[in-house]
Amino acid sequence: MLSGSVDAVALPQPDPARAEAAILELAGVSKTFPGVRALSEVDLRLYPGQVTALVGENGAGKSTMVKILTGIYQPDGGSIRMDGKAVSFPTAHHASQAGITAIHQETVLFDELSVAENIFIGHAPKTRRGLIDVGRMQREAREILAEIGAEIDAGVRLRDLGIANKHLVAIARALSIDSRIVIMDEPTAALSHKEIQELYALVEQLKGQGKAILFISHKFDEIFRIADRYTVFRDGALVGDGQIADVTQDELVRMMVGRSVDQIFPRRDHRPGEAVLEVVGYSHPTEFEDVGFTLRRGEILGFYGLVGAGRSEFMQALFGITHPSKGSVRIDGEDAVIRSPAEAVRAGIVYVPEDRGRQGAVIGLPIFQNVTLPSLARTSRHGFIRLAEEFALARDYTERLDLRAASLDQDVGNLSGGNQQKVVIAKWLATQPRVIILDEPTKGIDIGSKAAVHEFMAELAGQGLAVVMVSSEIPEILGMSDRVIVMREGRIVAEFDRDELTPERLVRHAAGISEAAA
Amino acid sequence: MIRRFLRSREAILLGAIVLLILLISTRFEGFVAPSNLANVFNDTSPLIILALGQMAVILTRCIDLSVAANLALTGMVVAMLNTAAPGMPIPLIILIALALGAIMGAANGLLVWKLGIPPIVVTLGTLTIYRGIIFVISDGQWINAHEMSPAFKAFPRAVILGLPVLSWIAILVIAAFAVLITRTPLGRAFFAVGGNPHAAVYTGIDVGRTQFLAFVISGTLAGLTGYLWVARYAVAYVDIAGGFELDVIAACVIGGISIAGGAGSVGGAVLGALFLGVIKNALPVIDVSPFWQLAISGAAIIVAVAFNARSQRAKGRIILKRAEHAT
Repeated sequence: MLSGSVDAVALPQPDPARAEAAILELAGVSKTFPGVRALSEVDLRLYPGQVTALVGENGAGKSTMVKILTGIYQPDGGSIRMDGKAVSFPTAHHASQAGITAIHQETVLFDELSVAENIFIGHAPKTRRGLIDVGRMQREAREILAEIGAEIDAGVRLRDLGIANKHLVAIARALSIDSRIVIMDEPTAALSHKEIQELYALVEQLKGQGKAILFISHKFDEIFRIADRYTVFRDGALVGDGQIADVTQDELVRMMVGRSVDQIFPRRDHRPGEAVLEVVGYSHPTEFEDVGFTLRRGEILGFYGLVGAGRSEFMQALFGITHPSKGSVRIDGEDAVIRSPAEAVRAGIVYVPEDRGRQGAVIGLPIFQNVTLPSLARTSRHGFIRLAEEFALARDYTERLDLRAASLDQDVGNLSGGNQQKVVIAKWLATQPRVIILDEPTKGIDIGSKAAVHEFMAELAGQGLAVVMVSSEIPEILGMSDRVIVMREGRIVAEFDRDELTPERLVRHAAGISEAAA
Repeated sequence: MIRRFLRSREAILLGAIVLLILLISTRFEGFVAPSNLANVFNDTSPLIILALGQMAVILTRCIDLSVAANLALTGMVVAMLNTAAPGMPIPLIILIALALGAIMGAANGLLVWKLGIPPIVVTLGTLTIYRGIIFVISDGQWINAHEMSPAFKAFPRAVILGLPVLSWIAILVIAAFAVLITRTPLGRAFFAVGGNPHAAVYTGIDVGRTQFLAFVISGTLAGLTGYLWVARYAVAYVDIAGGFELDVIAACVIGGISIAGGAGSVGGAVLGALFLGVIKNALPVIDVSPFWQLAISGAAIIVAVAFNARSQRAKGRIILKRAEHAT
């Protein structure tokens, strides 16, 4: 008998190393989006009563995997077997019926409904007449909450709960569906230390009930604390799996990042000039503390960290969208006060946000109007826009970025992701900034567009612009930055020059693994 | 350029209006006479002016339900001023009407901007308040034609180059709006704020302030229309233009101004208003009962919305594909 072969699953397992068969077994699963291969022939097995940690960098394919498991995406190839039988999840409802529940980073629950209603929505107990049996629903909700040790009143509205209690409600919901497989997508990202301990206890309890748990996390300490098995994805491919007892933190880190850097980054001579931007002691009551650095002309400064490390939040404060409680900014050696994005733009700081759809392009306006939106003052005379000048400005900057569009009159919504990104960057360059902040500049765009953005970034720095690049992609950080600042939990924890950089060092500081452990 | 216009929503609407006029002329030939069409335009002028103001508000993802109440209150105030001081010059009266309207619009705008109250709630509240104030200041009394000065009543009817002043004012407002929407940073900001408020913030546009200015514009035009309305019909009372705000919003919707904000054109708003104006003026002359008029106007709104929803759904599919691509 070949252990691990799918034919063997239906029979009792004599192999002592695998006391139980996998509940869920994915083999050779692939998923391709236009221009991006998100998953290529990956395997994943989940065992009853065991926690499997899914580890990988951003963009490794973890989210795609979760979406396939919960019926949101359909795989292009490969097989999914539950208890040895081939299954498919054409909709989220099918996945839920099959006993798969996902608890997301941001809980997907209903703020205006009560806790009990949230737990039972979609499968509430019914009376004989087909109405919702409110009494039984309340009672069963209380039982489940008591079972997981949550001190939550089943009758209160969800919006009155804190984030940790919302997570507990999501977990209670998972239990109420009687799910056999629970997916936890970075469940501790928003929790305090004490709440994390409670979550661990709960995970142990779920294990005790024989549920299979897929645990997605960037934090190595918790992976080693609660996981039984690990699976590592890198660039959409499986690079390793096995028992957590057989692996060290270093080995996991290496699997995660250890790649041949196959992307080509532009070569640059690093000659930073005088200081342009000095930030001292920037603090925010809840998001970040004591962030300070100096940025020079012609420099690309990388900001690395895990999701939720406070990088974007800091950048938003620097750009005047939120307001720091403490700290000061100097631009060209002179004190500056930035209270609104308009003031930031005037001071020569621009911010290209991460979420292009929400924060970048204005879908519905043509390309040229998107480009000139923050620069209209320059193309206007006496309050009226000069269309010819406006068009010339837009043409100038879109041509520099090699934007491919039929016409500048075209709606931005009809452009590809990469070209939309170029429109947003062109928009900011047209304001003639001194400092440009690029938040995840190449996230979700294809390799070709990535190279163009990198090329352009290098060119900007070459022209003396100071660039801040927030990125969670290690190759990009390594390939582009002159200097890298690593943030963790709202603080700067490390700073490296280009020649001190290694992928392992970055990951270790971002995840909070001490250097001594190496 | 011409081909693009022919495929646009405005062209379809224009076609519908022409078709409607031709259909009506088969039943009543006089309808297509230039003088009658000029009358229809003059009758529709208040709707056109208010629809343009409303368009600015809707573009920024808000809505102004208080325009008709603003119109009625301003109309009552200027009518009372006129009765109290018959000698007051018309330009001063117009200035007062504009200022009063602007103040009421600003009140809406400030509540939306500074207190973050949803626009539909704010303007539903001020609608009732403004109507209530009319009752309080007028004691529920009517001001009739004989109490108004001749100059006061004559202004909107005065004919210049073959058209009444009311029509000329509508034409001026249309022209001013065309410039505002396409050629000023504020016009551009309306689209940015409604189309993508998050992006607007990052672009340095103050979303709340832009919405405030849209309300001020809408209120100012409602105030102006208040004087024109009261003077033209030579009567002022609590309920004038009651429910007219719904016609104004309907004109915008028929004209393709997206209720979700960020999409629309001056041409669309004007044609939407004209479409309703033609129906209102034509149906009585071809002996269609007033109840059918309401039903037909209502059906036109639903057809227009269904049309918009369809074109937006096609667009949505494309965006979703991109969104999937981006993840």
